[in-house]
Amino acid sequence: MFSLNDKKLADDIISEIKKSKVKLKFMHVCGTHQDTLVKNGLDVLFKKCGIEICQGPGCPVCVTTTKEIEEMILLAKNGKIVTSFGDMINVPGETNSLLNIRTEGCDVRTVYGIEDAVEIAKNNKDKEIVFMAVGFETTAPTTASVLLKNPPDNFSVFSCHRTIPEALKAIIEMGEIKIDGLIEPGHVSTIIGTKPYEFLSKDYHVPQVVAGFEPIDILMGVWMLVEQIKNKEAFVKNEYSRAVHEEGNVKAQKVINEVFEKEDKKWRGFPVIPCSGLALRSKFKNYDASKKYEDILQEIFDKEFSEPPDCRCGELLRGLLSPSDCPLFGQACKPETPVGPCMVSIEGSCNIGYRYLKK
Amino acid sequence: MCLAIPGKIIEFDKNKEHATIDYGEGTRRKANVTLVKAKIGEYILVHAGFAIEVLNEKEAKETLKLFREMLSMEET
Repeated sequence: MFSLNDKKLADDIISEIKKSKVKLKFMHVCGTHQDTLVKNGLDVLFKKCGIEICQGPGCPVCVTTTKEIEEMILLAKNGKIVTSFGDMINVPGETNSLLNIRTEGCDVRTVYGIEDAVEIAKNNKDKEIVFMAVGFETTAPTTASVLLKNPPDNFSVFSCHRTIPEALKAIIEMGEIKIDGLIEPGHVSTIIGTKPYEFLSKDYHVPQVVAGFEPIDILMGVWMLVEQIKNKEAFVKNEYSRAVHEEGNVKAQKVINEVFEKEDKKWRGFPVIPCSGLALRSKFKNYDASKKYEDILQEIFDKEFSEPPDCRCGELLRGLLSPSDCPLFGQACKPETPVGPCMVSIEGSCNIGYRYLKK
Repeated sequence: MCLAIPGKIIEFDKNKEHATIDYGEGTRRKANVTLVKAKIGEYILVHAGFAIEVLNEKEAKETLKLFREMLSMEET
């Protein structure tokens, strides 16, 4: 890969930011950004420059609700083979995690991507396979592509796909924290481009930057935000132009729109966020686990599920706390004994914080 | 979850839907390439087994150049 290291450039950006003498709070929504920030000590460095950066709801596993986990547990207990990404099956529901119910004879399998789940379906013709499809706009086209290729009849998808711009709007409208700038997720933006964020700058005067994942990307991105603030501007700037185009990946958007329609969706830590979920269109109802197994899922249709006691993941996902503000962090809640999803997922800020602080 | 790893396209399968991707240090794996228009030798970003975009090395270098220029302007 081509290298993006440039120490002098990094030093120059830091000294420019320092010179600005700002006091700002930025939010990003991506676990990979958080990883780059913490791993390289950039979070501490920015704090010294007067800039606090929090993660927000940028972890698909973390924002998946306890109810969705319980729905998958119910299907597994009814003999379906449930497949999902590794982090997801580790998240505690109210009763248990998908991982732990394996000991009760349930068949729950980790997959790297949806194509692996389809392979399981092809190799287990006598079983029903459900893929718990978690992920933002980056992952939704992979689900859509597979559904457009006529997967086997014994395969279905439980869509937990959610979309980022609507969540950002919700955070701003809730008004719990003042956000001076948004660092938009590079790989979500690879798919959707930069236009879907523009309304946030226009309607709420929030400067935004789409940034990549090298330390230098984040430095440049933060500087682009500081410059906008100094100039009292609010636009969507693109630092990650090597992977993100203004119009995004049009082919991926087309498959998403062909397969999914927007629906109102609950996010962990949030109320229902209008139009923030992707549900399968009725044309794909035979592949829609929420329709196909409606009779089974009916059992918990109206049931309200509570979050783990004392777990502060909800506030963390709204940018109100940092991991060390939670009394459970590193004590009762560790990667090997997680209480909430932010400690389970490698994209969760608690997991990232714990991993690098302990080294 | 939105982690995407860069890799180089080595060869396409017969059906053109999948390609062998070299991630460096001897790691090779197949990825679905139907969402991108890429050629052999190009770098792509792979997420959950799918190529999601072709990386543009020229753009990467230009971004850095642009920033160096902007900073030298700030300093003067």
